[in-house]
Amino acid sequence: MTEATKLIHKYLRHDKKFPHVWCPGCGIGITLGALIRAIDRIGCRKDDVVLVSGIGCSGRLPVYVDFNTLHTTHGRALTFATGVKLAKPRLNVIVIMGDGDATAIGGNHFIHAARRNINLTAIIINNNIYGMTGGQYSPTTPYGMKSTTSVYTNIEQAFKISELAVTAGASFVGRSTVYHALYLDKLIEKAIHKVGFSVVEVISHCHTQYGRQNELGSAVDMLKWQRDHSVRVEKAATMKPEELDDKIIIGVLVDKELPVYEEEYARIRERARKAVRSS
Amino acid sequence: MKKAKKEVLMQGNEAVAEGALQAGCRFFAGYPITPATEISEILSIKLPQIDGTFIQMEDEIASLGAVIGASLTGVKAMTATSGPGFSLMQENLGFAMIAEVPCVVVNVMRGGPSTGLPTFPAQGDVMQARWGTHGDHPIIVLSASTVRECYEMTIQAFNYAEKYRTPVILLLDEVVAHMREKIVPGGKFEIINRLKPTMPPEWYIPYEDSPTGVPPMADFGGGYRYHVTGLTHDVRGFPTERPDEIKAFNERIFRKISRNMKAVSLVEDYETEDAEITIVAYGCVARSARRAVKDARERGLKVGLLKLITIWPFARAAVERVLKNARVLIVPEMNMGQISREVKRVNQGKARVVTLNKMDGTIITPQEILARIMEVV
Repeated sequence: MTEATKLIHKYLRHDKKFPHVWCPGCGIGITLGALIRAIDRIGCRKDDVVLVSGIGCSGRLPVYVDFNTLHTTHGRALTFATGVKLAKPRLNVIVIMGDGDATAIGGNHFIHAARRNINLTAIIINNNIYGMTGGQYSPTTPYGMKSTTSVYTNIEQAFKISELAVTAGASFVGRSTVYHALYLDKLIEKAIHKVGFSVVEVISHCHTQYGRQNELGSAVDMLKWQRDHSVRVEKAATMKPEELDDKIIIGVLVDKELPVYEEEYARIRERARKAVRSS
Repeated sequence: MKKAKKEVLMQGNEAVAEGALQAGCRFFAGYPITPATEISEILSIKLPQIDGTFIQMEDEIASLGAVIGASLTGVKAMTATSGPGFSLMQENLGFAMIAEVPCVVVNVMRGGPSTGLPTFPAQGDVMQARWGTHGDHPIIVLSASTVRECYEMTIQAFNYAEKYRTPVILLLDEVVAHMREKIVPGGKFEIINRLKPTMPPEWYIPYEDSPTGVPPMADFGGGYRYHVTGLTHDVRGFPTERPDEIKAFNERIFRKISRNMKAVSLVEDYETEDAEITIVAYGCVARSARRAVKDARERGLKVGLLKLITIWPFARAAVERVLKNARVLIVPEMNMGQISREVKRVNQGKARVVTLNKMDGTIITPQEILARIMEVV
C-alpha cells in the first residue's frame, strides 16, 4: 500500500461517508490531507483527537474523519471546543473553520479564544467567499471583487485573518496556501504541538464561486496564482510594504510563550481548595 | 452523633447553584446578566473547589456552546441567564436538542422585551422557552416558586436532562431568584446519570432507536469515536436527506419525551379537591395565589390552586383533573396571557377561564387575585 492509501484506511471513514460534498479541485480536501499527515506524524491516538467545525463547506470536514467529530453551529465551533477542552484537557482539540465562519458570524468568539489562550488549534480555510450558499462576499473578499451579493464589486475592506489573530493575542499564528501543501502539513504539526491557542490560516481558492465570478480561471490557475504570489515571512521582512500589497506572506508569524488557560485554571483550583481548607 | 441539618437563609439563585452542585454539575459557562448573575458568582467560587470548571464566556451564545462541548465529554454542565441572554441561546439550544446533549439552562425572567426591566420580575418568556429555537421540537421547562423548589428543581432539571438526553430549561423569575427564605439544604435525592454504551465501540450505533428512544451516550475521548452534528442525521450520526430516516429521527425525538409525560409533568395541588374555582399559576405568582386561596377559604369559598411546576410539556392531565369540579379557572400571569392559552385549549369550553394579566414590573398580589375571585363568585 502506498503511504496515502495507508492514511486513508487509518483515518478516513472511507467505508461510511463518501463521496464527499466538495467540488473537484477544492482546497479543503488538500487541507484535510495535510491535517491527517500532521496528526499521523505527531502520533496522536484517534480516541484523543476531537475535530470541531462550524458551518459551511469547511464545516463538513470532520464527518469524513475517524476521530471524535463535532459539527456545530455557524461561527460557534470555538465555543464548543472551549467546553470540550476545559472539561477534558487531555484531549487534542482541533477546530476547522471557514473565513465567514471564523471572522464574520464567529468573529467575536475568534478574538476571545485568541485572547484567552486555551490550548486549541484553529485551522481557518480562507477562500474569500461563502461557497456553500452560492458565492456571497465574506469578510475576506478583497475590495473591488465580485460576488453574488456584490455584483457591482465589493466596497468593504477585507480582514487579514492572521494579522487579526496576532493582534488578538494568539500565541502561535502561521499561514500557508494549499499550493504549499507539504509546508501546510508542517505548519499544522507545529500548531498542534504548540501549547496555547494556535492559528493556521490556509489560503485556499473557491474556483466554483469566487473564481468563476471574478474570471480567475480553473482550480489549477488559482493554485498557480497562490504559488506566484506567496512570499516567505523571512523574505517579506526585507521587502517594502508596497511590494507586499498583492502578496501572501507564508510562514510562522508569531510563536510566543503565554500563560495557558488550563494550566492557570489548575492553579485557581489549588487556590480555591486552599481557601476551603483555611476557612 | 450526627448533627441535625442547620436551617439557613438562602436566596433562590444560591439554591440553584447549590442544587446544581448536588446534582453533579461540574461545568458552568456564563455571561453576566441581571437577575441571574449570583449563580455565576457562586459557581465561580465553588466549582474550582471540587475540581469543577467555571468560565466566563464572551456572550451567551458562547456560554451554551461551551456547556454543550463540556457535556459531550461526559461532564454535567449548566448555564444561567435572563431574557436577553436567553434569546441569544436559542441557536445552540436547538443544537443541544437535535444532537441530544444533556444540559441545563436557567432563565431568570425579567421584564421585557429587549433590555426591558433588568431588575424587575416578569413571566414573559414562557412561550420563548417553548418555541424560541427554530424548528419543531419537544422541550422540558421547569419552574419554581420557593427557594427550596429552586434547589430541588435544579436537581430535577439535571435528572431529566440526563435521563432523556435533552436540554432542560429552568424558568425562574426575578422574585424567586432574589428572594431569601429559610431552608434546610441538602437531603436525599435520586441523582440520575446518562446511560453510557457498554458494547464494543465497533458495535456502537450512537443514535439507534430503542423502546425508551434514548440512546446511550458515549463521552468524547472514551473510545467510541462518533459524529455529532446539528444536521438531521441517521442512526450513525451522519447527515441524512432520506425522508424515512428524517421521519424516524423526528418521531423518536418527540416520542422520548411524550411517552414520559406522566414522569415529567410536575404539579402541586392546594385545596383543589372540592374547588369550584381553581387558580392555575406558576412561579412567584403561585405564592400570591396560595395566599389568595387561604383568604378565600376563610370567606367560605371553595377555591383551590393548581401550581404548575413543569411548564412544558403542558400539564394537560392535571388541568383536566381540576376541570371535573371547577366551574371557573383563573390564570394569573405576569404577561399578557401565555399559559392561559394552554389552559383554554385544554378547557375546551368546559369551564369559564378568566385571566389576570399584569405587566407593570410588580408581582401580582394576593389581594389582586382575591379581588378576581370575588368578581367571578
